[in-house]
Amino acid sequence: MSDDTIKATRREFLKGAGAAALTVAGICSIPQMASAEGSSTGAHADPWAMLIDIARCQGCDSCALACKEANQLPLKENPPAKLDADTYTFVDRRQVTVANGEVETRYVKRQCMHCLNASCVSACPAAAMHKTEEGPVYYRANRCLGCRYCQIGCPFGVPQFDWNNGLTPEISKCWMCYERLQKGEQPACIEACPTGAIRFGPRSRMLAIAHARIDSNPGHYIDHVYGEHEVGGTAMLYISDVPFEQLGFPANLPTTAPPEETEKIMTKLPFVIGGLAVALSGTAAYTHRHSHETEITEE
Amino acid sequence: MFTTPIPWLVLVLSVGIPIIFIVGVRYIVAHTGGRSSMSPIAGAGQDAFPLHISIPRSQVKKLLLAAIFGLGALVILMRFIFGIGAVSHMSDSFPWGIWIGIDVMGGVALAAGAFVIAGAAHIFGVHRLEPLVRPAILTGFLGYLLVVCGLVVDLGRPYNIWRPLVHWQHHSVMWEVGMCVFTYTIVLFIEFLPVILERINRFEAIATRLPTIPLYQFLRKISIIFVILGVILSTLHQSSLGSLWVLVPTKLNPLWYSIYLPVFFWISAIAIGLTMTIVESTLSSRAFNHGLETDLLADLAKWAVVVLGIYLVAKFADLIARDAWPLLFEPTVQAAAFWLEIGLGVIIPMILFSRRTWRENPRILFTGAALAVVGFALNRLNIPTVGMWQWSGVRYFPSWMEAAVTLSLITLGVMAFALAAKYLSVFPEEHHIDS
Repeated sequence: MSDDTIKATRREFLKGAGAAALTVAGICSIPQMASAEGSSTGAHADPWAMLIDIARCQGCDSCALACKEANQLPLKENPPAKLDADTYTFVDRRQVTVANGEVETRYVKRQCMHCLNASCVSACPAAAMHKTEEGPVYYRANRCLGCRYCQIGCPFGVPQFDWNNGLTPEISKCWMCYERLQKGEQPACIEACPTGAIRFGPRSRMLAIAHARIDSNPGHYIDHVYGEHEVGGTAMLYISDVPFEQLGFPANLPTTAPPEETEKIMTKLPFVIGGLAVALSGTAAYTHRHSHETEITEE
Repeated sequence: MFTTPIPWLVLVLSVGIPIIFIVGVRYIVAHTGGRSSMSPIAGAGQDAFPLHISIPRSQVKKLLLAAIFGLGALVILMRFIFGIGAVSHMSDSFPWGIWIGIDVMGGVALAAGAFVIAGAAHIFGVHRLEPLVRPAILTGFLGYLLVVCGLVVDLGRPYNIWRPLVHWQHHSVMWEVGMCVFTYTIVLFIEFLPVILERINRFEAIATRLPTIPLYQFLRKISIIFVILGVILSTLHQSSLGSLWVLVPTKLNPLWYSIYLPVFFWISAIAIGLTMTIVESTLSSRAFNHGLETDLLADLAKWAVVVLGIYLVAKFADLIARDAWPLLFEPTVQAAAFWLEIGLGVIIPMILFSRRTWRENPRILFTGAALAVVGFALNRLNIPTVGMWQWSGVRYFPSWMEAAVTLSLITLGVMAFALAAKYLSVFPEEHHIDS
């Protein structure tokens, strides 16, 4: 898949998603029909996505434990309390002050956001970080140099490196159970969720559900779908009843994807190379015009 | 923006360490260059170089070198057995440390003399710079070899280092960096090869059997191509080390973050190229007791004032345009680090180089150039460390083991320079015309 295809797809998709979100959100009053099992139709325009409803999460850690089991990751602390080389997802416990002044706990499932235009994918010099057509960003260790620029690039601090492996360290992060998706199953964390706090399906439908939930429960939710526009949009979408800044979400993210800036620079390089080649050769020819040969005289 | 008292100590150390490095490097240059025991090739006639500093070979010096390399080798061994985390203070919150900040970012910056001096002399026809070209190219070549060594230690899976050459990722700045390291190291080798061939051609047994003389003549004939390639690749590589940080608008402190970082890196690379040449020429003239081309170096300093001035204006114009300038006056470690790099690297050298009588004084010339080198090395180090503190919430400070690796790499580079300078015609005095 060429980059142009990705970009074109992304552009179409964003337009499509925006329009779809608006119309569907307006019409759909019973948005409980989303199911993406085995569905690959429209995958290019509409990537797989998750909607995480922080107001519905009870903090049971089933998702984090199911992830460990599905990905055969060792369980070192129960429940997992941070992302690390063996933890793709965990439930972050956050003390927040709610409207009536009381302090309550909110549970925030953390994992890779699967950005639509992902910094880690753009950063990787060897395509070890790979954006699939269906949306999930996954990591191919056999190509990885271990340069850790994906860690530097990620605006959410998601990729984790195995610091205690001398020769074959890998980057660890959620890959949206891509293998299961291809078999027609859902990601392990969603199947494990007992409260329905996580939904899975095409991103346009997840957005529609998110907006419908916000609209149909006036005053309950914050009117913000986190991930709809952040860094150009992510496949992981969150809605919440407390402001996202209180829940440890980066608040200063631009609505354009950071790779757009670096890619602007990269597309100028052919002109830099060509321009310099012409200018420098011309200058050299001019300064050497009196010498009989092109050889540089060093004496 | 946070302020705590501890980082001030960190800051003092982060200035102190580069200065100690410079002093140490001077010491090692003087001593390695001055060693009379280093002429294993019989009949090389290289003992003819008079020794400027004739300090007797002391056990202390040997022990010091053995300790540096021994520790470095031990840490590298541990790194490959137990992992990077076992020897360094890097973490998932702070994935890049001094191995990137000094060995790679600094190493590339300090190698900039090669393209600046070669370009000025051979492309722009400033022929009086000729005596400085070979040492500058040697410095650049060794600098890049050390960058590769540093990368082999720092990369988690160094055996995959070739992959960017195969899987072209033209959207990735890191891919550009990788391609540039690879191609420019080769170009620098080709630029330096004639110097090696000159030496080889003196051995009749080799020169009559292998086509080293025609190769030498061929390389001399086409050398301008590689000088042009060198300038293009350096422009790409120096700027790309700045572009790397354009990807992280929300993570890098606004004092440094700018979409013009690649331009700043390129302009400062020219300034480093000029000042590093002054530093390297002064040091080697002391170590090898050949004449110091003070008038030439004063010219470099004069140009450096212009380049530094452009850099200073561009840097502050950018801060003002981005409305980030109030941060300059907040009592933060970041602001102090920023002023330090600008003060040491730009403002003081500009003042010291501003008068002809000052810059023609070798002592002032060297001081100004060394400050500029330290200041810009600090700039390359500040961005991945101090610049990222605020986002990561972790204050990275290198472990002694990280420092040991960096120190032994630098020592290795300086010793390689001294050896090359001793046995090859790097400086004009020893320039033999063969073939």
